Amino acid sequence: MGFDTAYEAIAEEADDGHRWAFGTGFTDPLAGVDTAVPEGVDGADLGAYCLMLGDDALVMSHRLQQWLARAPELEEETALANIALDLLGQARLLLARAGAADGTGRGEDDYAFGRLEREFRNVRLAEVADADFGGLIARLMVFSAWRLALLAALRDSRDPVLAAVAAKGVSEVAYHRDYAAQWTVRLAGGTDHSRGRIAAGIAAVAPLTGELFAVTDVERRLNAAGVAADPPALRAEFDAVIGVVLAEEDLSWPDVPALAGVAGQAGRHGIHTEAMGYLLAELQSIARAHPGATW
Amino acid sequence: MSRRGAVPPRRRAGDTVSVLALVREISESVPDPELPMLTLADLGILRGVSADGGRVIVSLTPTYSGCPALAEMRRDLARRLAAAGLHAEVRTVLSPAWSSDWITAAGRRKLAAAGIAPPSPAPYRGGPVPLTLTPARRDVACPRCGAPGAEQTAAFSGTACKALYRCAACREPFEYVKEI
Repeated sequence: MGFDTAYEAIAEEADDGHRWAFGTGFTDPLAGVDTAVPEGVDGADLGAYCLMLGDDALVMSHRLQQWLARAPELEEETALANIALDLLGQARLLLARAGAADGTGRGEDDYAFGRLEREFRNVRLAEVADADFGGLIARLMVFSAWRLALLAALRDSRDPVLAAVAAKGVSEVAYHRDYAAQWTVRLAGGTDHSRGRIAAGIAAVAPLTGELFAVTDVERRLNAAGVAADPPALRAEFDAVIGVVLAEEDLSWPDVPALAGVAGQAGRHGIHTEAMGYLLAELQSIARAHPGATW
Repeated sequence: MSRRGAVPPRRRAGDTVSVLALVREISESVPDPELPMLTLADLGILRGVSADGGRVIVSLTPTYSGCPALAEMRRDLARRLAAAGLHAEVRTVLSPAWSSDWITAAGRRKLAAAGIAPPSPAPYRGGPVPLTLTPARRDVACPRCGAPGAEQTAAFSGTACKALYRCAACREPFEYVKEI
């Protein structure tokens, strides 16, 4: 039998009985995609790199989802939900790519719900909580400007899966960056109060920015193999974009020291801030309480 | 083809070309759950129907990375094929990335008829990505009254692929499929 719409199909419970809502019952986002590791590339390194980029997207997406029902306007809530959804989609592709590359065969859910804090490789910028809407906008602007430069560089990656995910992500993150940049300008050019909020937001994220351009051994090896971006090489474009946004309403980038890591290690090594544990508790509690549950 | 109780045309057993044509016909008719006036073919996400040995392969590409509609369309496609006594393996194709430019002329007409403005041409995304500090200035015509110069009220809307606009003439709000 056929159905006029997918909703109708769900309503008639014609499926296998494991689903109750639209969008559930996920299948492998890389189903049918050739996930062979390119010649001369270390699969474990490629998997680790995809986890870094996937964790950035997953954790940032989760923080954005926490703004639902808290945003100042319905339109902003819709925007944040859509940005979170784009990033979640990127995370799913990257985590699935990690499992196919590192030889463990783990799926996206294994990575998202089954790892401990020390095993997450996201930059700390993605995990910190936002004090207010100004803080969120500043963080989203920095995150999006950096991620867009990163994905743009990865369009030429020697790993065709990574290159395809990046090319797709560029179009999406371009909208995210414009959104955050436009709000930064609006807040800075609004009232003294709104200007103070965005300035405070920028001051809060500035110490987390240096980490974005640090290089791990995995990135160094994969960059030499033509697979990964070189983080320091993204700095010029990032600075140029942030500079244009700040100059629009005469904001300035604070001269603050970078947030310290532990023995030179930070998010990419699994060293996170206190906020990360609380975030993971919320993200993983259902999956840990009901392992293997389907719905 | 009619959707309910569809009876597949009589085909000769082992007639690969006819089977592929039938799979294509059925694949093209699957609607998008979020934009039910559009089919897979209208959206331009059906990338091919081919034979690989004895198997029939249907290739689909996602619109946005996180769009949950693709999973629903895959299931709906499998269901429709099964109803016609057919089976095909559905494969995801990621490259080249989907562009709103791939929405067909028929798809654009259906969107407009449903009160949703179809997308402008997509920007080139091969080189550096320009920053836009003012709300997008697109020449969007109102799908209800046809007046030009609608203003954007929000850069995002109810689904990943749309923005919100308001007509300058009739003042009606409407959705616009973003160019990507």
